[in-house]
Amino acid sequence: MDIYLPIAEVSVDVFVLLALGGAVGFLTGVFGVGGGFLITPLLIFIGVPPTVAVASSANQLVGASVSGVLVHWRRGNVDFKMGYVLLIGGLAGSVFGVWIFTLLKRLGQIELTISLSYVVLLGTLGALMMVESINTRLRLNRPGVRRRKLHQHNWMHGLPLKARFRRSKLYISALLPIGLGFVVGVFSAILGIGGGFIMVPAMIYMLGMPTVVVPGTSLLQIIFVAASVTLLQAYTNRTVDAVLALVLLVGGVIGSRIGSRFGTRLRGDQLRLLLALLVLAVAAKLAFDLTVHPADPYSISWEKT
Amino acid sequence: MSRGTGTTYRTGARPDRLTGWTSGWHLRLMALVLFWTPPARAEALVADLTNHLIAITTGFTGASVVLFGAIDRPGDVAVVVRGPEREITVRRKSRIVGIWVNSQEMTFANVPSFYFVAANRPLEEIVSPETAAFYRLGVTNLEIKPDATPPPQIVEEFVTALVRTQQHASLFPNSVGKVNFIGERLFRTTIEFPSNVPTGTYLVQVFLVREKDVVSGQTTPLVVSKVGIDADVFGFAGRQPGLYGAIAVLIAMVAGWLASLPFRSA
Repeated sequence: MDIYLPIAEVSVDVFVLLALGGAVGFLTGVFGVGGGFLITPLLIFIGVPPTVAVASSANQLVGASVSGVLVHWRRGNVDFKMGYVLLIGGLAGSVFGVWIFTLLKRLGQIELTISLSYVVLLGTLGALMMVESINTRLRLNRPGVRRRKLHQHNWMHGLPLKARFRRSKLYISALLPIGLGFVVGVFSAILGIGGGFIMVPAMIYMLGMPTVVVPGTSLLQIIFVAASVTLLQAYTNRTVDAVLALVLLVGGVIGSRIGSRFGTRLRGDQLRLLLALLVLAVAAKLAFDLTVHPADPYSISWEKT
Repeated sequence: MSRGTGTTYRTGARPDRLTGWTSGWHLRLMALVLFWTPPARAEALVADLTNHLIAITTGFTGASVVLFGAIDRPGDVAVVVRGPEREITVRRKSRIVGIWVNSQEMTFANVPSFYFVAANRPLEEIVSPETAAFYRLGVTNLEIKPDATPPPQIVEEFVTALVRTQQHASLFPNSVGKVNFIGERLFRTTIEFPSNVPTGTYLVQVFLVREKDVVSGQTTPLVVSKVGIDADVFGFAGRQPGLYGAIAVLIAMVAGWLASLPFRSA
């Protein structure tokens, strides 16, 4: 059954969209990441214009992260203060990101930027996660290894504006989460992702937050950044397809329920290894597409006159 | 919409005298006005569409419209459908440090967003190349010209790419469609519109051709429009982008909240 998407201006099979939302929801349930990094490329693949795909995934993400935060909040695993501080940077970053997006769209380089950013980001993160999870596995098999310190002190701890984050048991400079929020906000706008896969590792390894509060806190700030991106994209580029986002959300709800049940059966390091493989596979596919001779080197874009 | 919305006109001048020195569209409009004469008692050509409005609804998967008509005595019939004109930018990728990057671009103003052509016999058999060019019969006669003036061979490459892309999207025809005659006087043809058909007012032109020249013609408008909830969403997103964005966010938030509910019981 086909459904006509009013902003994307294409007809897409509604079951394909539901399946796509479901698959991404499944990943959210299993890994606790938003899955925006998969939704955008997949939407482009089924024929949705890239600019609409990016903006509508941001809209979809608002819903997905709201439901995620509520679940974590009921378990008390959200550091609200940290979330708000991240948000200050996140909002500034998303404004800057949408501005870059509009500029690149005009120059005809937005698709290249989207693909290249994905390759670099996913490639780096996938590789890091892979190394980390393999190390963990090796450590588990080798008993008697000396425990590392809780965290190392480095230049980051010399920054001003120190603040206490009770829930995260941290006393760090507020500039760190603001900066992190900014970077994630920029990517969120350009790539239509929540940035969970950048945010989560950065919170654990850079800020040193306890793992249990990371997903909820990350999702909390993603709600607001994604909402801000949706608003800005709707306003400046008119590329938000609410119908598309809603269909994806419906699929996502079903997928995430199945996913979270499945996720509890796997060990943490196994999860991370699987996620790393998935992320690397997406990066490899995008990198391949960039370097292989295109079927048609020409492309067109039109405007009403 | 009532039938008979078309205008009938006759051409007296040999069109080939007029071509070759102008982009033609405005001139053609002028010709339409100049050579317009009140309809004769017995019309040489009458034609109409089964439908004057293509409504794009949520389940829209494309549409087909039948054009039918009659001519007063034997002759050839050609049909052209042109969608609203748009500015199209064609970009070409080339390899830079191993990566394919959009490196060249060319903008064409006034490209028909949709084009269809049909005739009862191959076009070159019924009209002279000049007449075909004048009435824009055939994809090669669309007069797609860039805004700037780059070298002609490069322009040709870009135009070819533009036409190829439009053909791929089913917005330009791969070949000339068939006008079928029922007897010597009645004719019909089917115009297929894909699901990605651009919205706007289309012009459907029917030409009666005798001895390689257009002797009569009729132009009928055809409206392609979003209707129902899709039209409302699209219109609203264009008129009130800020509010639309806010509502989109709100809907997503409510959907997210609803989605989180089943987890509570689990």
